Amino acid sequence: MSEQKPGWRELPFGAIPYKSSLEYHTGDWGVERPEFDLEKCTRCTLCHFYCPEGAISFDAGHPEVDLRYCKGCGICANECPAGAIRMVRKG
Amino acid sequence: MSKAITLKEAVKKPDLLASGHRLCAGCAEPIIARLVLKASRGAIIATTATGCLEVATTIFPYSAWRIPWIHTAFENAAATASGIEAAWRAMRRKGRGPLAKYETLDVVAFAGDGGTYDIGLQALSGALERGHDFTYVLLDNEAYMNTGIQRSGGTPYCAWTTTSPAGTVIPGKREWKKPIDEIVIAHEIPYTATVSPAYPLDLMQKARAAFETEGPAFIHAISPCCRGWRFPPNKTIEVARLAVETCFFPLYECRVEDGRPIYKLSPPSLAIAKRPERKKPVEEYLKIQGRFRHLFRPERRGDLIERIQRWVDRRWEMLLEKAGL
Repeated sequence: MSEQKPGWRELPFGAIPYKSSLEYHTGDWGVERPEFDLEKCTRCTLCHFYCPEGAISFDAGHPEVDLRYCKGCGICANECPAGAIRMVRKG
Repeated sequence: MSKAITLKEAVKKPDLLASGHRLCAGCAEPIIARLVLKASRGAIIATTATGCLEVATTIFPYSAWRIPWIHTAFENAAATASGIEAAWRAMRRKGRGPLAKYETLDVVAFAGDGGTYDIGLQALSGALERGHDFTYVLLDNEAYMNTGIQRSGGTPYCAWTTTSPAGTVIPGKREWKKPIDEIVIAHEIPYTATVSPAYPLDLMQKARAAFETEGPAFIHAISPCCRGWRFPPNKTIEVARLAVETCFFPLYECRVEDGRPIYKLSPPSLAIAKRPERKKPVEEYLKIQGRFRHLFRPERRGDLIERIQRWVDRRWEMLLEKAGL
């Protein structure tokens, strides 16, 4: 009749994502990028938490945007309580 | 109990959801997912039901997850989470296996409103009833956005979607939003909370409380979708905040102690409860979104706006009663 099918131990592994999305740069999606006015910035860090990409970091003590990933949505500029972020054309 | 979360500490914690995912610019889902993961205590395993978050973060061969992550079908995110938790307990008991060394394990399931209100409800209900120690995060963008804005059980009254189109015959969706929080609380699970990405500290504190809870915890997050709700991408947080300020989506947590649900309003909503004049009319929330445009143009549908306002007021009063305010 039917032949013995392989058990689950013999089955090959399924597709596993093996690259980090960090290698996929989404920065060219948007037309604008945030520009920080560090004089006005109060270091409240809200832009870091509101950024959908996680592209804004405070590792240097002040906000820095990673333009490799920033999609230019403008949430940071819209939400900054100090009005320290302005969206400008990329390039 | 571990130390309370502060923004100052959390900003230093690396993101567990990496950049380079392909969600739309201005999407609220990665904001919520990042904040929830920032609140994790240590070892954490995530599973995501089919939805925007899953398909955009795991496009082969890339993955944006820096933690163990398991693919799930649309209907069984909660069942997969139960399985992870049961496997960890079994390995702990036997003292062998890759998970045996973790004293605590945060198991988190992310699902959209389609995967929770409609398709995943039975799996969720079963997992809550069995009492597995996991956290379920509902990313509520109020329609099936991933497949092209079809209505779901979470879509609010009068909202335009492609399967409830607003026109001369119907004014958008004709049914009300399903009260999922009450359905979940009725399971008498220890912790339920509603969160909005506009209040990141509140969100992280509730996620931490959910992880620390022994037993199932449910977090309902409102996740504005600029494509499906028809607003500019930079207004995402503004819309999420207006939902709270108009009491369309009040923030609270509910703990079940001795079989009784104890409701507690969170600071943004408590401020409105104490000073009712701060409550904004729901019209402000509707006006900013294109999916409610037919309520204002070509002519103002005051009757429908009034009906939505009454629904919001009634549910808000019911919540205040439950919270003893």
